[in-house]
Amino acid sequence: MQESVLYTIDSLYREPMQIKGYCFGNVSEKTLCIMGALRGNEVTQMYVCAKLVKVLKKLEESGQIAQDVGIMVVPCANYYSMNIDKRFWPMDNSDINRMFPGYSLGETTQRIAEGIFRNVQGYEYAVQLASFYQSGKFLTHVKHMMTSFTNKDGLSDFGLPYAVERDPRPYDTTTLNYNWQLWDTKAYSLFTQSTDDLDDNAAIQAVDAILRFMNKRKIIRYKINPGFVTTIVRENEMIQLHCPCGGLCRTKADVGELVQKGEIIAEILDPFTCETKAQVKAAEDSVIFYETASPLAVEGTVIFKLIKNETH
Amino acid sequence: MAQTVAKFGLPVGEQLKILKNSISAGEAKKRLCIVTGTHGDELEGQYICCELGRFLNENINRLNGTVDIYPALNPLGIDTIMRGIPGYDLDMNRTFPGTKHGTMPEMAAHAIMEDISGADVCIDIHASNIFLRELPQIRMSVPTAKTLLPYGEKLNVDFIWVHESATVLESTLAHSLNSIGVKTLVVEMGVGMRITKEYCRQLMDGIINLLVSMEMLDDTEAPKVRKPIISLDRAVGFVNSPAAGIFVPSVEFGVSLNEGDYIGDVLDPLGVKEPEKVYAPCGGLLFTLREYPVVYGGSLIARILKDN
Repeated sequence: MQESVLYTIDSLYREPMQIKGYCFGNVSEKTLCIMGALRGNEVTQMYVCAKLVKVLKKLEESGQIAQDVGIMVVPCANYYSMNIDKRFWPMDNSDINRMFPGYSLGETTQRIAEGIFRNVQGYEYAVQLASFYQSGKFLTHVKHMMTSFTNKDGLSDFGLPYAVERDPRPYDTTTLNYNWQLWDTKAYSLFTQSTDDLDDNAAIQAVDAILRFMNKRKIIRYKINPGFVTTIVRENEMIQLHCPCGGLCRTKADVGELVQKGEIIAEILDPFTCETKAQVKAAEDSVIFYETASPLAVEGTVIFKLIKNETH
Repeated sequence: MAQTVAKFGLPVGEQLKILKNSISAGEAKKRLCIVTGTHGDELEGQYICCELGRFLNENINRLNGTVDIYPALNPLGIDTIMRGIPGYDLDMNRTFPGTKHGTMPEMAAHAIMEDISGADVCIDIHASNIFLRELPQIRMSVPTAKTLLPYGEKLNVDFIWVHESATVLESTLAHSLNSIGVKTLVVEMGVGMRITKEYCRQLMDGIINLLVSMEMLDDTEAPKVRKPIISLDRAVGFVNSPAAGIFVPSVEFGVSLNEGDYIGDVLDPLGVKEPEKVYAPCGGLLFTLREYPVVYGGSLIARILKDN
């Protein structure tokens, strides 16, 4: 294992923030790059990378990393925010993952993005441990943004129950994943069940999925269970259930649970009288893919995403 | 007349409403939209909305068309001094054009787009942020310049910055509106969390001048406006902090600089590091200057519009 500092930023009263990469195998080869936390609340994402570093170190020592491959893991690119319990950049609240490919003469987070991207571009494959901007729980899944630059090969190699394809939106053009793809890297986003806590089950699922991918692509030789036969779902085919009115949201089903059409899966309560203002029902026989974690629901907020039974 | 553009029930006891002040007179179908308050920490546009509403009501017999004033696209942000949308920590100006069936911010963006759709011209007023002070300026991308420049020249700003289009602009209100044929100009001026009356009055004159030129206002009292510098063939010089520290400027904002002029110092309050002097990398108009003193290494300190 070779530890290297990819980028350093100086602050007035804090120690310099060093973004570190942990390299394995042949460091002159760029085969797979794994990016962890770009935001201060992505604790699970950092934890997954840290676990991978531990595993890869052992695999390297025992000669289980293929010759002529190079792997780099970047556990955390924003611990200035993490150490003060903030999602975005401490001073200006900007999001590093809306600054790619970065700009070396720009504002701080543009410079950080540039410093990261200079080091992580050019890899054949890349996996970003990503997170959603709303608090909630997902089924662990891998996602591929359908750009015209790369194809979706490899989604099933993670052995997760679900993989999601989505079309890029205007804001995606400044994300790490999009820019990886633009420069010919086959990039995937891996979403864990949780984000801002130390969730061992979620982390182990993600670590196993990445190890499976590496195994399939002959980057490592490692005995691991084959995982699931992956169902590939188009994001726009998922059923989104919106909160019909503002209120207290009491969910009655959990992520991963199979629900039947018409089943009441959440109630929206009046916050002062506890009267039921609305019921949220499953629109189809389906599995719950995403569930909000917030008890306070704004009208229109997506509180569930469902995958129809027939599609899995 | 205050009208509701979009509304959403909040969890406890209130509704979030995005409102506009719609002022109409005469037969003409022309419509100008003034939008601001996308970022909750940018307040310069608030004064313009007050003054423009007052002016139009006092001169309603001169108006021929509709002026829609949207003072707060992000009302919760303004009410809570938050740049983004509270509860989501999202930059609203990265959510456009939005979707009809998305999350609340996406649906709000969609409703705003629907409401402005069909207008002839839209002016999107921003106030930099709390970190940088800006001379009144209009920013537009190269592909939109041909269409927008004739309108921008009417608005009484100091200069028009025509920049290479960047991918980040695709999710902004201005890009989305221009894409559907609403000629939208982005104004940047002043500094976050403050109102600079002088700049607001300057832009007010520009808006009145634009209304006259669009034949939405009779020309009996058309204000005289300045001719802006246009950056089409002029580069912009960036001054970034050479170190982390406290930046203290030594120049007046908005002056013309020569190459090598002393701009200020980056100081170390502990006295461990020597002060770093900051110099102008080129001669030209100092149109951006850092207002917030704390800097990281590389923080933007100034921008200079290079002399020809």
